[in-house]
Amino acid sequence: MKPESSKRFIASAALALALTAGTAAVAAEITGAGATFPYPIYAKWAEAYRAKTGVGLNYQSIGSGGGIKQILAKTVDFGASDAPLEPAQLEKDGLVQFPMVMGGVVPVFNLDGIKPGGLQLSGALLADIYLGKITRWNAPAIAALNKGVKLPDQDITVVARSDGSGTTFIFTNYLAKVSAEWKQKAGNNTSVKWPAGVAGKGNEGVAAYVQRLPGSIGYVEYAYALQNKMSYALLQNKEGNFVAPNDKSFRAAAANAQWDKAPGFYLLLTEQPGKESWPITGATFILMHKKQDKPENAVIALKFFDWAYESGDKLALDLDYVPMPDGVVKLVKAEWKKIQDGSGKPIAY
Amino acid sequence: MDAFFKNLTRFFAFFVFSILAAILVSLLIHSQIALSKYGFNFLFDPEWDPVTEEFGALIPIYGTIVSSAIAMIIGIPVSFGIALFLTELAPTWLKRPLGTAIEMLAAIPSIIYGMWGLFVFAPLFAMYVQPGLIQLFGPLPILGPLFKGPAMGIGMLTAGIILAVMVIPFITAVMRDVFELVPPMLKESAYGLGATTWEVVWHVVLPYTKIGVVGGVMLGLGRALGETMAVTFVIGNAHRLSTSLLAPGNSIASALANEFTEAVGDLHSAALIELGLILFLITTIVLALSKLMLLQLSKREGAKT
Repeated sequence: MKPESSKRFIASAALALALTAGTAAVAAEITGAGATFPYPIYAKWAEAYRAKTGVGLNYQSIGSGGGIKQILAKTVDFGASDAPLEPAQLEKDGLVQFPMVMGGVVPVFNLDGIKPGGLQLSGALLADIYLGKITRWNAPAIAALNKGVKLPDQDITVVARSDGSGTTFIFTNYLAKVSAEWKQKAGNNTSVKWPAGVAGKGNEGVAAYVQRLPGSIGYVEYAYALQNKMSYALLQNKEGNFVAPNDKSFRAAAANAQWDKAPGFYLLLTEQPGKESWPITGATFILMHKKQDKPENAVIALKFFDWAYESGDKLALDLDYVPMPDGVVKLVKAEWKKIQDGSGKPIAY
Repeated sequence: MDAFFKNLTRFFAFFVFSILAAILVSLLIHSQIALSKYGFNFLFDPEWDPVTEEFGALIPIYGTIVSSAIAMIIGIPVSFGIALFLTELAPTWLKRPLGTAIEMLAAIPSIIYGMWGLFVFAPLFAMYVQPGLIQLFGPLPILGPLFKGPAMGIGMLTAGIILAVMVIPFITAVMRDVFELVPPMLKESAYGLGATTWEVVWHVVLPYTKIGVVGGVMLGLGRALGETMAVTFVIGNAHRLSTSLLAPGNSIASALANEFTEAVGDLHSAALIELGLILFLITTIVLALSKLMLLQLSKREGAKT
């Protein structure tokens, strides 16, 4: 570094330090860690919330596994996970769980001459492709669902996520629901033993592989498919309709789900009933301790979540996330009563 | 003052050693669950299934060793050639810019290599080189299975080639530096006796510098074994054993980078940490072997004279 530029660097670093020290002194801060999928919307909400109230959010997107570890270690006010914890585990660790925002997983493909939405797939077919049982695009099973589409005589290259991820959790949950063979051979987890194909790191890795490899099929977050203008496939839902992925079909899936009958909101929105429901929808979750050592921190965290539910919908839609339906928000707020201070009183936010 | 300085430097030296020991101990502690559950079988088990929590290290170990081996097979001769050209053959005005350019390669961050590998190299490789390789070697009896399968551009061979590009500057820099240390007297005497350039290099320069050359190779090998980001991008990240070099595989470092953040189960994290432990041991063994080799070399030399 040249002396001139280094001087400038030091000056700007000192300025930045002074600025952060200044705000930290004035405002309280919520700390959270976990899932990477909701990071963009949490950051957006945090920005808007700080402008309004002066309370900042320090969210580390280190992955769901890391988020769960951090909340258990009580180093953060809340943890975030794409895959919900089972009610028994919540009970064991003394945690409260609630869904914050939704998204969908979308199958994307790379085939010459077939436009976005120009390919129709069923769940069973998608499972067979990912199992490596259907290996050619012009296989009779695919052709049967796509009359009038000119399918190429080409190998199918299956692309999966190599890193553990909530996206994979939702996707494999769907495949396990629609295919007994998938459930038995690969199962449902944040990472699984893929029977076929290659795997890329992150949504961007999968997208890069799919865009690069002719004849490939992969799965990415809806927002990612949209922003990269990738060719998505229509999926057949539980009612037998072929639906396109969009916020309407994600909402339909959430609206038809029975949240009130799911303790700890342990509910995956895959393969939900409803004519318009997109079959691979999922929510991302927040984890907080039932017994709060520092109730004052829980208060500001809950205030933030409350604000996000009430006034954050537009920001979420702007970023191609889907806000939780009002009915679910009501249930979540009832669940918050379980979050208590040292004396056993519910936290007033 | 002198005593203080001595103690301070001794403290630094031992500090490094204790950090090394601490890393080893913490790896052992955190991989305890996996170590006691699988024992030695961990090394030979091709299974890696986070759902049923069955873990084995065979595929990542295989991937690490094969991709590094490919890198060495390509990297060593190329580096040797470059170093030779720079010290013996290149005109003086070309030496400096060329040498600097090669050192610049070493300064490129590995993620850039990864992205370049995925977005630039892999497509070209899949379109122009891999079909040729499949046609050329595919029908042969022994080499055939190594070059089977669709030309995807990503896979073990691509990872090896990217690694080769990454280690070449390291090996070259060391080789060039040691080649330059050869006393001109020795070389000129050989030239005086009518030796060709090749004979001078093979019989004078190389024997004189072999310790440094082996050291440079080991430095490159060390980097290749532990390289993470660049490999993750192009190796394909599939937990499957395949004889074909064109098929996707996985390496230890790449598996760690991919799975550690979301490894929720205790056994899963323990198995990943045990993978780290294995990588640690592999690099230690490589280093030990190179020391042993050098010892043997100098012994033989002692016997000769």
